[in-house]
Amino acid sequence: MTSKSLSDQPVGVIGAGNFGSVVANLLAQHRKVLLFARSEKVIQKILEKRENRGHTMHPNIEPTNDLAKIARECNVIFPIVPSEHFRSMIRQLSPHLHPYHILIHGTKGFDITIDEGHTIDSVPKLSRSQVKTMSEVIMEESVAVRVGCLAGPNLSKELADGHPAATVIASHFNEVVSIGKRLLKNEKFQVYGNNDLVGVELAGVLKNIIAIAAGALSGLGYGENAKGLLISRGMVEMVYLGRALGGNTKAFLGVAGVGDLVTTCNSSLSRNFTIGYRLAKGETLSDILKSTDEIAEGINTVRIAKKCADYYKVRAPITNVIYEVLFEDLTVPQALRYLMRYPLNVDIDFL
Amino acid sequence: MEVVEKKNKNKKYKPILDGIPDWPVYQLSKNRKEFIEEVTQRSLARINELRPSSKQLLDELQTTVYREQQRMKRNRWRVDPADEPHFWSTIKDELVALTNKTPEESHTKAEEILKRIVHRYANEIAGNFNASSYKVTREIVKFWFGRLLNGARVKKFGAFFRNRYTLRDKIHIVGKVKHLRNLATKGTVVMVPTHFSNLDSILIGWVIHSLGLPAFIYGAGLNLFNIKIFAYFMNSLGAYKVDRRKKNLPYLETLKLYSTLAIQKGAHSLFFPGGTRSRSGLLEKQLKLGLLNSTIEAQRNLYIETPPGEDVRKIFIVPVTLNYHFVLEAPDLIDDYLSVKGQDRYLPEQDKYGSWQLLQFLFKFFTKGSNISVSIGRGLDIMGNHVDDDGNSLDTQGRIIDPRDYFISGGQITIDKQREDEYTRMLSQKIVSEYHRINRVFASHLVAFVAFEMWQKKHAKLDLFGLLRLPEEDEILDYEEFRETCKRVRKQIYRLKEDGKVYHATHLKGKIDLVIRHGLDNVGIFHLKRPLLINKEGNIITKDFNTLYYYHNRLVGYDLEKFI
Repeated sequence: MTSKSLSDQPVGVIGAGNFGSVVANLLAQHRKVLLFARSEKVIQKILEKRENRGHTMHPNIEPTNDLAKIARECNVIFPIVPSEHFRSMIRQLSPHLHPYHILIHGTKGFDITIDEGHTIDSVPKLSRSQVKTMSEVIMEESVAVRVGCLAGPNLSKELADGHPAATVIASHFNEVVSIGKRLLKNEKFQVYGNNDLVGVELAGVLKNIIAIAAGALSGLGYGENAKGLLISRGMVEMVYLGRALGGNTKAFLGVAGVGDLVTTCNSSLSRNFTIGYRLAKGETLSDILKSTDEIAEGINTVRIAKKCADYYKVRAPITNVIYEVLFEDLTVPQALRYLMRYPLNVDIDFL
Repeated sequence: MEVVEKKNKNKKYKPILDGIPDWPVYQLSKNRKEFIEEVTQRSLARINELRPSSKQLLDELQTTVYREQQRMKRNRWRVDPADEPHFWSTIKDELVALTNKTPEESHTKAEEILKRIVHRYANEIAGNFNASSYKVTREIVKFWFGRLLNGARVKKFGAFFRNRYTLRDKIHIVGKVKHLRNLATKGTVVMVPTHFSNLDSILIGWVIHSLGLPAFIYGAGLNLFNIKIFAYFMNSLGAYKVDRRKKNLPYLETLKLYSTLAIQKGAHSLFFPGGTRSRSGLLEKQLKLGLLNSTIEAQRNLYIETPPGEDVRKIFIVPVTLNYHFVLEAPDLIDDYLSVKGQDRYLPEQDKYGSWQLLQFLFKFFTKGSNISVSIGRGLDIMGNHVDDDGNSLDTQGRIIDPRDYFISGGQITIDKQREDEYTRMLSQKIVSEYHRINRVFASHLVAFVAFEMWQKKHAKLDLFGLLRLPEEDEILDYEEFRETCKRVRKQIYRLKEDGKVYHATHLKGKIDLVIRHGLDNVGIFHLKRPLLINKEGNIITKDFNTLYYYHNRLVGYDLEKFI
């Protein structure tokens, strides 16, 4: 192998969705970027108009649909594709990967494996052997071991507009954290490191449940008191679920935990928030899903987290009622009434 | 009624290297002086890296001297050299004299002192492999074991001098034997067995020899060298000395570099990554990372230091499990474990073994049908990837990968301690799961597991210590129920075997009554209080819950509990 130093090598981004495009733009400020998109149309559009999903794409970005090329030319790759396609994407990428590759993903969702004869709806409970985080998928499906994740309060639109923001790069490897920092950091964008990879991933995934709940509260027209209540109780629930699934409490108190939670619960820009909002306005889940082409990770997360909570016997009232609102016929006001009457009221018992 | 083990196919293997002079361990001891010199130089460099400033270095030296003098005061052994007190008091005086020197002078002097200390340690650690005494030892062991075996088994006068039985009939070697022999010619083998009994090191030594492999080096506790005859054997087998009393930084670094360099030079090595014997009878879950770390470091150094154009020597890690019906020390081990775990809720009874018991055990071991099996696992590279017979690392899809890439960052090999610590952790998890995979289930493990879990289920409200405190004489399991449960669990073990998650001995197959009988006859066979027996009514009773718990633990970790 030729000894290309890190500085003149391109960086790969897999997934030209909303967040993928923003990350590619951030990276392109320092470096040439290879951006993988599945559809030829998207590639053409980026090449001709330098535009994708409403973002102006940086001239350093070269779109491609060749995964082998990305693996060949880039040592550092950011996979940012929805969790349902994540495993199949890694499987396609895997033959081209080597142990020197560094993968930092930005997907906030779970991967599940269900026994034959079951579907996600019919399976009663899910244990950790069936539910994996994205970094675990990468490790299972490829030889890459230097794996990390990107999580934090990163609303694509605000990042694209250059508002100040921060993110967390989590990895067991200091090397991955420092490379991620070097690649992403700029004067408007701060990057923190964390060693609890699974904890940070879980925080990013689980906060989507609370975001749906926050949207619902807002849709009912309630104000800031209610939101404060939800965020703090939601936080407790996240910590408990997160611990049952193998994270540490600490990760939930940082930028990727409470930071991300507050942001998503306050923002009408967030997809998960919007779903909650429209549910509260009386729409059904299938109506909402029909009218949007973007994937809200939160819906699947609710389903999975509820079944994990049942398996590990974790008390998760918010997750449970959101589950019933989404998939059974509980209405949002009924759900709220149930929660307000919930008998357990110790403030903090997780530290 | 006896359940016969399938005809033992163990055969004798030809040595893979013809003469002892070709053995890496022989080469190592021939160039002992240069080797010690190299260990010293590298340790010094390493310590300088860890303690860069004069102040830190001086602090470290003072701590070392203090600890060494305390050790000599409190705990001196016969094997300790006579000039030790003199050596350390001289060092202490020299350190005191440094206080009124200039910083530059004192730094040079401190480094010189450190060098003397490290050199002394390296000399102490280094093994003394000797080809002729190796051969003598080998013959002595073979001869006496053979005599014992034949004298005990063949009940005829003069049988003592026959050669009808050899150790090969007693010890079954199963698993990837050819693979291991292949790997030993292609690279450096680091064997990592599970550790249940003091017998393990002798057993493994014998296994290595009978597979036709050259002697492996291994770290043996310095306490064993107190006894002259042991010292002779140990030295001749290629052991290096590990002194667990010395916990100071220069010693630990020197020790680690000794093993790293020896592996790097191609000496096949052996160590028990669990550290000490498993106290609980569980398969190892947590491994000592230090020595595993040195194998990763050795491989990385080989990638860096091998001149371009030459093949880089690869290091293969081979997990091995040892399976017994009976562990001599079980009652003591489990007592240790329970008293640590239970603190004041558990008070161990005193019951120690003397040499008479040891002799009794050896005799019984050879007379009765208690076999031992050794399963050799598939070789792993330093990251825990399986390797094929040619030594290529394979990923889970069977593609060949180059382990060199694990050390590459930005296109070249870099040294990153934190990264390697993480790799070590991953490797240790991999080894643990291999242990579970190659573990061989015996009938005795099955009956102990089932019986204990049935009692546990009967007293679902009691915690472990409550259960262990139950009066043994009141506890009886109905045979029919026991039989059905054994059948269910055995079926699940078959299923696990099909999925490649565990192995079982051939005697586990066949009529369940015979298997249970075989298990009951063998489980903890020579303990004064038997863990499981059958009473006059034909039901199952125990005389000792603690050892039953110990033997039961062998099957923990396979999720078999739900089949009870």
